[in-house]
Amino acid sequence: MNERELRGLIDGVKTGRMSRRGFVRRMVAVGLTAPMATQLLAYSGVAMAQAKSTYKPTKRGGGGLLKVLWWQGPTLLNPHFAVGTKDQDGSRLFYEPLANWDGEGNMKPVLAASIPNREDGTLAADGKSVVWKLKQGVKWHDGKPFTADDVVFNWEYAKDPATAAVTVANYKDIVVEKVDDYSVRIKFDKPTPFWANAFVGTQGMIIPKHLYADFTGAKSREAPTNLKPVGTGPYMFKDFKPGDMVAGVINPNYHMANKPHFDAIEMKGGGDAVSAARAVLQTGEYDFAWNMQVEDEILLRLEKGGKGHCVISPGGNIEHMQLNTTDPWTEVDGERSRLGTKHPTLSDPAVRQALTLLVDKASVEKFIYGRTGIATANFVNNPEKFNSKNMKFEFNIDKANELLEKAGWKKGADGIREKDGKKLKFVFQTSINQPRQKTQAIIKQACQKAGIDIEVKAVTASVFFSSDVANPDTYPHFYTDLQMYTTTMTQPDPELFMNQFCSWEAATKANKWQGRNITRWQSQEYDDNYKAGQNELDPVKRAAIFIKANDLVIANQVVIPVVARPGVAAVGNKLQAEMSGWDNNTWDIESWYKEG
Amino acid sequence: MSRQYVIRRLLVMIPSLLGISVILFCVLAMAPGDPFAELAANPAIPPEVAASLRAKFGLDDPVWMRYLHWIAAMARGDWGFSFASRIDVDTLILQRLPTTLMVIGAAQLLAIVVALPVGVLAGTRPYSIFDQVANTLAFVGFSLPTFFTGLLLILVFSVKLEWLPMVYRADLNVTGWQWVVEQVRQSIMPVLVLGLFQGASLVRYVRSAVLDVVRLDYVTTARSKGIGERRVITRHIVRTALIPVVTLVALQMPIIFGGALVTEQIFRVPGIGSLLISAMLANDTPVVMAVTFVLACLVVFFNFIADVLYGWLDPRISYR
Repeated sequence: MNERELRGLIDGVKTGRMSRRGFVRRMVAVGLTAPMATQLLAYSGVAMAQAKSTYKPTKRGGGGLLKVLWWQGPTLLNPHFAVGTKDQDGSRLFYEPLANWDGEGNMKPVLAASIPNREDGTLAADGKSVVWKLKQGVKWHDGKPFTADDVVFNWEYAKDPATAAVTVANYKDIVVEKVDDYSVRIKFDKPTPFWANAFVGTQGMIIPKHLYADFTGAKSREAPTNLKPVGTGPYMFKDFKPGDMVAGVINPNYHMANKPHFDAIEMKGGGDAVSAARAVLQTGEYDFAWNMQVEDEILLRLEKGGKGHCVISPGGNIEHMQLNTTDPWTEVDGERSRLGTKHPTLSDPAVRQALTLLVDKASVEKFIYGRTGIATANFVNNPEKFNSKNMKFEFNIDKANELLEKAGWKKGADGIREKDGKKLKFVFQTSINQPRQKTQAIIKQACQKAGIDIEVKAVTASVFFSSDVANPDTYPHFYTDLQMYTTTMTQPDPELFMNQFCSWEAATKANKWQGRNITRWQSQEYDDNYKAGQNELDPVKRAAIFIKANDLVIANQVVIPVVARPGVAAVGNKLQAEMSGWDNNTWDIESWYKEG
Repeated sequence: MSRQYVIRRLLVMIPSLLGISVILFCVLAMAPGDPFAELAANPAIPPEVAASLRAKFGLDDPVWMRYLHWIAAMARGDWGFSFASRIDVDTLILQRLPTTLMVIGAAQLLAIVVALPVGVLAGTRPYSIFDQVANTLAFVGFSLPTFFTGLLLILVFSVKLEWLPMVYRADLNVTGWQWVVEQVRQSIMPVLVLGLFQGASLVRYVRSAVLDVVRLDYVTTARSKGIGERRVITRHIVRTALIPVVTLVALQMPIIFGGALVTEQIFRVPGIGSLLISAMLANDTPVVMAVTFVLACLVVFFNFIADVLYGWLDPRISYR
């Protein structure tokens, strides 16, 4: 899809020929994220959908105790230190960002009075600044007013490297200044198409200046408020035991009318995913459980208990297979898979194409992941069932055989294809995890039929996913021919996500394998395209650029996407909780309620 | 037993504890894994953050230097802080201690209360019907792993009958009698699982200890004096037979502190065991180090107590 076609579609939405939702689905099908699609419309003058509120309670409180299970409980409650989603989810009970992302990719104001836009000039035409208007009358839990000073302080706090905040990337390259008590201006040093990183979504929560001002930089760990959060959120802090329990009570002065519904909340940690699912779906002891990494078969069985159901929220996480472009079997200067070497057999496009044809994604979805892994052809997206006909993935052993035959790979006496004395034998590694081993088996079987020999290897997850420089079995080392894991997309905008195919990001010994380009794919075309996208202000052109980026990755078989991994939560039958694949699990916690 | 002996034993504890700490530290330092793996895998976080955190937490120093830092801080009573939660380790441990003591302590108590009478009765009437039944049950008891019995109880009492909660909550938000009722309800399953498992092996110990004593001459003498059977058992047999059992129980005391890894995980009991597991999974070295080291200290200490107790209970054992 090119720029012109995109513009045509957008016009379609403008004139009403096409629905907003239809447009978002089309974008998603070609590899854009839902939030990016809705932003496209916003830029083009189609107002963001005002998601109509389905919140029913007519007064604050009265809902009793809300019991939720996070089988890995939050270990810290300062959003700037929140390493994983569990910590972000826990912090979100007490702290709030300026705006968040709903499941359809719309930005919704929380502490902001409105979303910056072109019409009222809060979004600069040159893309170098954005003004956020803050909601007035918001109070911290201790009664102090929330103002622009707090927002500016969060920037100062997070950008200081000595604070060691995990949010530093969002804040280090921007300047935040106070315009008046209730508005702040963010300035970028270059035109920035995606301006909603700072103060928005998962990492955008805002902490109070008056309690943290004395604890910036190296003293950040000593702040007493780290353990006793004081925020603006729907619940006020009651108790915290790292890894075990986060408890909150209703905030009687919450800034949204009639919210929250529950008088108290208890977030319990510990245990495992299956028993957490059981506690919600089968016994109904809990109202909600997070991150159901459980085989769909078991979930379906537990759902028969009738006490709850699973809620699937599409996001950007994707289980994919990487094809090494470098030679993992020759050591050069103490480093295998060294940048600049060439893989002896995988460098042949025919072999790569054949492998793409040999991954039976439909079976992987059907027999292994079920609802929790959806077969996909794209790398950057969350395709849903209805657009599967647009996807171009194919499982075809005969075609793979034919391709290899044509390229000169002849079957030897052992049934394994070879050419110039090089056999098609690959080592395929992944982490130890039952669904992954089953997927490996499915791929191995298909490859066997095409004369490719696959040796499967499984590495303990704690080793595979570690950044241990000395251990050759980690995924960034990639000392095998093929490997498979889920890469997580933590932001709604694909720019950062797609840097994992840029030449300069290659993981090497020199950068201690911290580069994000694990396959070490080098492509001038991709790099140029990516750089163009970084500075492209016209959102339509930019969208076209990212669609092309996705196409390049897929067309060159840099990786083979297997299944998209949506978020899965177990929700009790009475509880109404909206999920979003683009934000925290608790992004909308203030609107959760139980029906009578 | 002389005071000299006690002092000598106390002094010997110091080098052994030092040795244990060195080994623990080295093993943890060599173990694979990285407390900041999650950071490294997140594209939104630049690698410099993980690098600066590593530097800040002293992870880039050589092992011996880290060890010296650790032991020096420990000597000052500073246990360090958790990498995962950035909270002081002693606070974390103290938070978990009451629950651990309550659940595991109750389980140990249950084990002793069940095992003593059953073991003594079985031992005084060897190969009777009662002994056979007790023996069989004891074998079943300690052959079934806790993760199995735990799940079984959950399936029966939580899922099918819906009598008991399957999740243990450390802070119940009720007070007074209701608190007691709730506490008992949620403790029943973990305490039963753990208590009966430990009780089962204890029954075997008590039985064999009683069996050893029951045929001794002094017991026959006591009987021939015409003392009632009940008095013979309580005053003569049990008292002697309990000597090895007491030391065994003393040696099991550190386990109460260490918690029960598996059972705590199944019932989500927020004890030291679950703290240790989550710290291990997160590669949170300071917490793992502190918990294991405290455990080691307790083992050494209770060994010492057991030795002293043994000498006191059985004056025939002399120490030089």
